[in-house]
This record gives sequence, C-alpha cells and structure tokens, in this order.
Amino acid sequence: MLRVSVYRFNPETDANPQMQEYQVETGGRDLMVLDVLEMIKAEHDASVTYRRSCREGVCGSDGLNINGKNGLACITPLSDAVKNDKLVVRPLPGLPVVRDLVVDMSLFYAQYEKIEPYLQNSSPAPAIERLQTPEDRAKLDGLYECILCACCSTSCPSFWWNPDRFVGPAGLLQAYRFLADSRDQATDDRLAKLDDPFSVFRCHGIQNCVNVCPKGLNPTRAIGHIRTMLLKRAA
Amino acid sequence: MRTISFDGVIVGGGGAGMRAALQLAQSGYKTAVISKVFPTRSHTVSAQGGITCAIASADPQDDWRWHMYDTVKGSDYIGDQDAIEYMCSVGPEAIFELEHMGLPFSRTEEGRIYQRPFGGQSKNFGEGGQAARTCAAADRTGHALLHTLYQNNVKNETVFFNEWFATDLVKNQDGAIVGVIAICIETGETVYVKCKATVFATGGAGRIYASTTNAHINTGDGVGMALRADVPVQDMEMWQFHPTGIYGAGTLVTEGCRGEGGYLINADGERFMERYAPNAKDLAGRDVVARSMVLEILEGRGCGPDGDHVKLKLDHLGEEVLESRLPGICELSRTFAHVDPVKEPIPVVPTCHYMMGGITTNIHGQALTVDAAGNDQVIPGLYACGEVACVSVHGANRLGGNSLLDLVVFGRASGLFIEDALRQGIEMRDASMTDIESANERLVSLNERNDGENVSALRKELQGVMQNYFGVFRKGEFMQEGIKKLDDLKERINNVKLADKSNAFNTARVECLELQNLFETAEATAIVAEARKESRGAHAREDFTERNDDEWLCHSIYHREGRAVSKRSVNFAPRTVDTFQPKVRTY
Repeated sequence: MLRVSVYRFNPETDANPQMQEYQVETGGRDLMVLDVLEMIKAEHDASVTYRRSCREGVCGSDGLNINGKNGLACITPLSDAVKNDKLVVRPLPGLPVVRDLVVDMSLFYAQYEKIEPYLQNSSPAPAIERLQTPEDRAKLDGLYECILCACCSTSCPSFWWNPDRFVGPAGLLQAYRFLADSRDQATDDRLAKLDDPFSVFRCHGIQNCVNVCPKGLNPTRAIGHIRTMLLKRAA
Repeated sequence: MRTISFDGVIVGGGGAGMRAALQLAQSGYKTAVISKVFPTRSHTVSAQGGITCAIASADPQDDWRWHMYDTVKGSDYIGDQDAIEYMCSVGPEAIFELEHMGLPFSRTEEGRIYQRPFGGQSKNFGEGGQAARTCAAADRTGHALLHTLYQNNVKNETVFFNEWFATDLVKNQDGAIVGVIAICIETGETVYVKCKATVFATGGAGRIYASTTNAHINTGDGVGMALRADVPVQDMEMWQFHPTGIYGAGTLVTEGCRGEGGYLINADGERFMERYAPNAKDLAGRDVVARSMVLEILEGRGCGPDGDHVKLKLDHLGEEVLESRLPGICELSRTFAHVDPVKEPIPVVPTCHYMMGGITTNIHGQALTVDAAGNDQVIPGLYACGEVACVSVHGANRLGGNSLLDLVVFGRASGLFIEDALRQGIEMRDASMTDIESANERLVSLNERNDGENVSALRKELQGVMQNYFGVFRKGEFMQEGIKKLDDLKERINNVKLADKSNAFNTARVECLELQNLFETAEATAIVAEARKESRGAHAREDFTERNDDEWLCHSIYHREGRAVSKRSVNFAPRTVDTFQPKVRTY
C-alpha cells in the first residue's frame, strides 16, 4: 500500500484547497506517478482531475509537483519520487489553479508567443529546402526538443515574481532556438524585443529550470547565450 | 445554448488539423480549431522515425512513382491509386513548405534533409533494392512537425479553442453538416459551433485495444460522431499492429531503429526475419513483421520467462549512432524497459498502432457516403483528414512514414479545397432548434443519468474484448464470440454513469463521452472484421488464410444503422501513371 496525498480544489464547491489522502495498492511494482493517478481516478475517486495524453514524456501534459519537485508524472517512477513511503502530488507552483492538479497556463503560453516562436526569413523560398549544414543544425539540439510542459518556468523564482514581464526559461529557450537557427534572419529584431530589464535579465542563474527539465535541456545556458548576444549588441 | 459562428471549423489540433487550419487562416476566412488538448499535446507529437517522401536527397534519382508503387503494394492493393498518386506526387512540395516554416530536419553533409530507410521501401518499382526515403528530425519528427505547425498557426493568428471537446455533429433537415456541439472543458459551458465547413481531424482510436502505442486521448471521437450522424466508415477492420511496442508499457520504438540497422531476435538469438522475408528482412511491411513475431512467440521461441516477446537488437550500431540518430529511443527504452539499448536489446511485442480505416473521403477531404446504387455521394459540409479519414492511401496496411505525409498532404488539400468552396459560396439551411437539441441529446442524457456503471471498468472490459478477439490473428468463431461480448457491453456503455456532475474542468465527463466513441469504433471494427472473409494486409484470418481478390479486392463500408456492411470499389485509375495491378505481395 502506498500513501498518496493529492492536492484537491474544486472552485464550484471548495472555499479552500486541501490535501486528500488515498491508499493505493501498487503490488510493489515500480509504477509511474501517472499510473498511480490513473488508479486513483479509476478505483477511488473519478473526480480527481489532472491532464494527461501521451504517457511517454513527449506531449508535456502532466507536468506536476511531485514530492516537492516539478516533473512529468508519466516518466517519474515511484522509486525516484516516493519519500518516507509517501507520494505527495501538487499542481505546478506559481500559476492559478483551475481545479485539483490542473493549472491555468495562459501566462506561460503568452510568454512563449511573445518571443515570436516561428522562423522568420523574408528571402524568397527556394524550390527545394533551404540548405543547412549538419554543424548549423547541431546548434538546435538541446533547444528544439522542448515540450512546453512548464516544469522549468514554474520552478523559477524569477518567473513566480514576474510572470507577466520575465519571459521565463521555457520561452527564452525557444527564443534562443530561433536566434541559433542559421535559417532565421530576424536576429536583430528578436534581440531588440528582448532588450529590457525584465525579459531576459531577471534570470539570476538559480538553475532550478535545469534541475527539473524532464527532457534534460538547459535553459540557463541558452539564456546565457542570449545575454552575451544582447551585451555584444549594446557594445 | 450559445451559438458561435465561423466559416470553417476544424475539430482536432494534431498535424492534419493544424495543417488544414494554417491553410484556412492564411485565406482570411473566419476559421477556428477546436482541440480537446492544447495542440502540441496531440498524438502527432509521438511520431518518431519520419515522414516518407521522394525529395531525392539521399538518392538524387529517387522518383515519387517508386514511392507510389511501394505504397500500393504495402496497402495490399486496396489503397486508392488516385489518392496515393496525389500524396506521393504533391508530397515533396508539402515537405519543402514544412522546412521553409522552420521544421528542424536532420541534415546530410550536403545540407539537405536527412532521409533514412524504412520498411517496405524500394527503388525502381521493387527492382532496385532498399530505398532511404524517410525524412527525419532525429527520432522526434512528429514533435518537430507538430510544434512547427503550431508555431506557424500562432504566426497566422489562427483562433484556437483549446481544451474544448466536440460531442456530436449538427445536421440540418437536408442532411448537411452545419457544425458541432462542443463543451468548454474549463467552464463546462456547452455551445453550438456553427459553420459552413466542419473538418474532422480527430486522429485515431488505438485505445480500443488494451495494448497500444496510442496516447490516452486517441479515442475515436471522429468515428463515433460520424457514425451517430449516419456517416458510414470504411475499412475499419484494418488496424496496424506496430512490430516494436515496448513489452509491458506499449510505448513505441520507431521502425527507424531497423532502418538504421537494428534487427529483431528470438530467444535463440536468431535473426528470424531472414526466414520470413528473405529480401527485405526486418524492413518488410509492418503487417508481415508483426505476424512473424507472433508466430515466433506461438512456436515457443519467444523471450523472457513467459516466452511472450522478442527483442530488438541495436547495440551493434554503437553509442554514437544511437545517441545522434535515435536519442529519443534510448531515453524511452531506459525509462520504460529499464534497458540501455547501447548495451542490451529492447524487449518488444506487436502493439496496436494505427487505424487505416475511417471516414471515406475523396482527395479534397470531402466526406463521402455510398448510396443504394453503390455510388459515392458527397456529404455537404463535412470533411475529414489525417488518421480519422480513409482517403484511402494506406489500404490494408500503412507503410511507416506515410502517416505524417498523409496528414500534411491531405490537411493541406482540405484547406485548399474549402478555401475555394467558400470563395464560390456555400449555401446551407440553418439548423433548427430540434436539429441542435437532437445533436445534444447524448450529452444531456449523460448529465441527467444517476445510475450506471463505472467508466474505467467498462473501458477496461471493452479493451480486453478487442485485444482478445480482434488482434493480430483473427478467426470467425472467436470474432462471433467477441461480437456477443460487445453486444453485452453496448447498453452498459450507452448508460455509463457520470459520477462527477460538476462543471469546472470535468475530465470524468470527457472520459464517459470518449468511452462511447471508443465503443462505436470497436463495434464497427468487429462487425467488418468478421465480414471480410479473407486475409489481406493487417487483417489476418486463421480460417481464411489467403487473399481473395475475386470477392474482396474492395473497401468495406460499415453503416451503423442495422450494422450493415457493404462493398465499395477501389480506385485503380491514377491520372498520370499506369495502374499498378495486384500481384502476390512478398518482401
């Protein structure tokens, strides 16, 4: 039996959120945290609410705070998460709770859209693909793989304080993904739009983002590259 | 009930839906996408190995006609040749567009798009050996494609209704489709979304089986809605079992592993595909490989204490190739199989992967029904593209890498056609109050019912029946037994209990509605699988082991009314090339 404590809040009926406890029979198996939530929803309480889709760590739906650390429920095994025989599951911190484990991600998406997350190239497209050397393509590795799960941005104290003005690690990782793309021509415009005290420079190198990214990406490093580009541009 | 109006509404925010949306958003017509998840959570994101297309990068001599030949052969000759011709010939343009939008394809030394070999691919109409035709972004091609499409929809300011769930089609007195009923999941509000063109891009339904590579959200919503609106579906017996799902977890391991040189071994360490497909070996069609694996297991050469799986060997490729070409696979294998493919083979088993059947359409995405005389009739207002559609480019067996091409090419084609139709003007009579109420009946009855059985238990039972009676190998008497079990489930699922009646983000309600869609899909599959008395492509019968072209070189059509099955001709009339005549299919 595993003790599972789940954050519950239904805006229609609850004045305040509370933690609810369930006893789940895992049969000693090293399940993923999502499996445990599915068992609770199926066998204990159909009203427990969370997002999930691919269940293999690529869609980014089930970013949660698991025993104090942000991660994807579907690829976090109990053996990594459980402490003192107890699993504690809360919504991602710092965003408004819609219900139970579901947060309102509007601010997170708004910061993503703000960096104009699409390739900009105004020269006429060739009849085939635009060429790119394997070396130039390699510069996108560690950047394009982001799944927008928000584990990083919602673990970032700077984002907690200024979610409307600091782009946050996820948005900045994507900003750098386009700055680093040899096919993109909007470098100067992109940098100009980031050149203020908040968008980039609120990053204080805390590296919670690096610590929690379920895809092993390094937003702090990307932010460092953007800082350097901004400083060079100013010089 | 509030009504909101658009010119075009796309149901589904995966690859097909977002490609169609992009086309329509660029046209200036008032367009919206309704997606039950934020678009980048759609199942296209899980596609790994790539998108097959003759862009002549790996081989400058490559020819879309060779791709067409492979696809026709792969379909076991019930793919429509006009549609396959369209897909293979338009494909390169659609791929280059994606690259121009920013898709981060892997590259060759020349700077072109990297292409890898995939199953069922050949040069020179099967005479020139293995081709390398699958364009890849490492082993994360679906992710790269889906994010690129979302990004370009952001750029073009497409209107998204994210986390909205379409429940049923609204049909007017003339039988035309004039929109959908949809629930805003966050608030629980139900709305009539009125439009002149409703595009279904709702994806597959792999969740009808207990073991599937598909996401939780692949619940056949489009098939369910279509059938309830008396729109028939085609070739529903054709389900692809992917050879390499991770044993126990069901998660996909790309065919690209075998494309890069990996191979399957049995308990004796033997590369058994050499016996079943002497030429193509591990890169034979997926149906062929999946069946061979099951035979190895049934004949006692399976791996593990229960002898119930085989293994995919990759370690001989070396760490560098694996980490650069197949990084996602290394990650998945370590997480779900607890195996490091750099050192040990991955335990795998055939796992339900793809629905070849779906809503019958022409190459413009227009949904079709078949009249009493056997003629195709366009259903006004309804379109379909991607996995939910059966255009049909995959016939009885889809080739790896062809699903991403299908969704891009036909998502685009639907958008282009609808733009043109809107420009010419579409006149349809408004839905009456009764039309809207009748479309909303299922939801109202679910909300009002206070008894019934638990959704999870019913779903599990349904998935068990499909897994046991309609799997890789099928037999008449077993299928009849399976159909009886479905009959027993039918009323119970129609009367499923909604335990949570609240409005805010009620996923229990969505799960009940999804379960009813799963059931419609499963029932169609079962009835048609029993009816098709031959073995073809993915449909392998122990009691009818041979392909029977005299009687079954045709599509099956399933009508919900009376569970009737009829036949529809396959198109053998491509416009620019000679017909590919049916031949014995060997690899």
